[in-house]
Amino acid sequence: MSTVALTEAHHGSAGREWSGPAPKRIVTGYGFWIFILSDMVMFSAFFATYAVLLGQTAGGPTGRELFDLHAVAIETAFLLASSFTCGMAAIAADARSTIWFQLAMAVTCVFGLGFLNLEQQEFASLVARGAGPTRSAFLSAFFTLVGCHGLHVSGGILWLLTMMAQVYAKGFRPDIQRRILCFALFWHALDIIWIAVFTIVYLLGSAK
Amino acid sequence: MTNGHHQAVDDSDVAPGDEHLEGTSIGQRVVGYLTGLGLAILLTATSFFVARTDLVWEPSIPVALVVLAIAQMGVHLVFFLHITTGPDNTNNVLALAFGVLIVMLVMVGSLWIMANLNHNMMPMDQMMQMQR
Repeated sequence: MSTVALTEAHHGSAGREWSGPAPKRIVTGYGFWIFILSDMVMFSAFFATYAVLLGQTAGGPTGRELFDLHAVAIETAFLLASSFTCGMAAIAADARSTIWFQLAMAVTCVFGLGFLNLEQQEFASLVARGAGPTRSAFLSAFFTLVGCHGLHVSGGILWLLTMMAQVYAKGFRPDIQRRILCFALFWHALDIIWIAVFTIVYLLGSAK
Repeated sequence: MTNGHHQAVDDSDVAPGDEHLEGTSIGQRVVGYLTGLGLAILLTATSFFVARTDLVWEPSIPVALVVLAIAQMGVHLVFFLHITTGPDNTNNVLALAFGVLIVMLVMVGSLWIMANLNHNMMPMDQMMQMQR
């Protein structure tokens, strides 16, 4: 640190101008944070669409008749648990413990797949009961919103497997660590969006 | 070098998702995640309970559900994404605040406008009559 920066620090925060660009980890993480926020803006449009079309059932079944809260509770538990194990993977990555990292990521993957499996069963049973996305505007909006979240989870699982392979092949290099940081952000953000999904779609949809 | 100097030169930012790690052991970090998990389970369980119970005054249920959801999002942001109010997080919080602003504008704006349009629209049978 040069003396310029130190003397400049006397005059207040102006000293930071000499500190140079932020470390790569912060730039990458911040950029990805902006992406996640724009993703949430996209989801907000789907939520708004769903809320506007909630009553437009075209004489078809309503959410109260269709939703199975039991399955939704298990889906929520899966995603919440996977968020926790994803945090464990982040800690293991910081501690450079390959075994714990791979273990935590594998458990996260299993929970994620469990979630996707339940969601796929739900979609299949809806379509089988004649309540597919083409039945009414309400169901179109439902499948778009929940399906878009499901697609994000699917993409997240592919990314998760990629990170396991990269750590296996390349170890905890700084660039791999940055990708792990971004993956963790992505996975936790999906859980936050799921909170909105189970509250707005399922719980409000089937409340008395 | 005094502490004040050190602060002015060294208080760099923290990447979103990163914890402020100085003097934090792995055990403490795990406890942080466990705390978040416990709070999230509590809030989720309450949400599912409130949605189906007869014990709560009915019109208050939607409000309660929304409040619980927002609280749980806060828990996730703090304990899982490590977004704090500390000076090293200012940029992250500002970006988040802007995101929340846009999300609110999109959702509240859509619902408001569509409800208003719906309210002012002529009933369908009258419309058909006029077109005849």
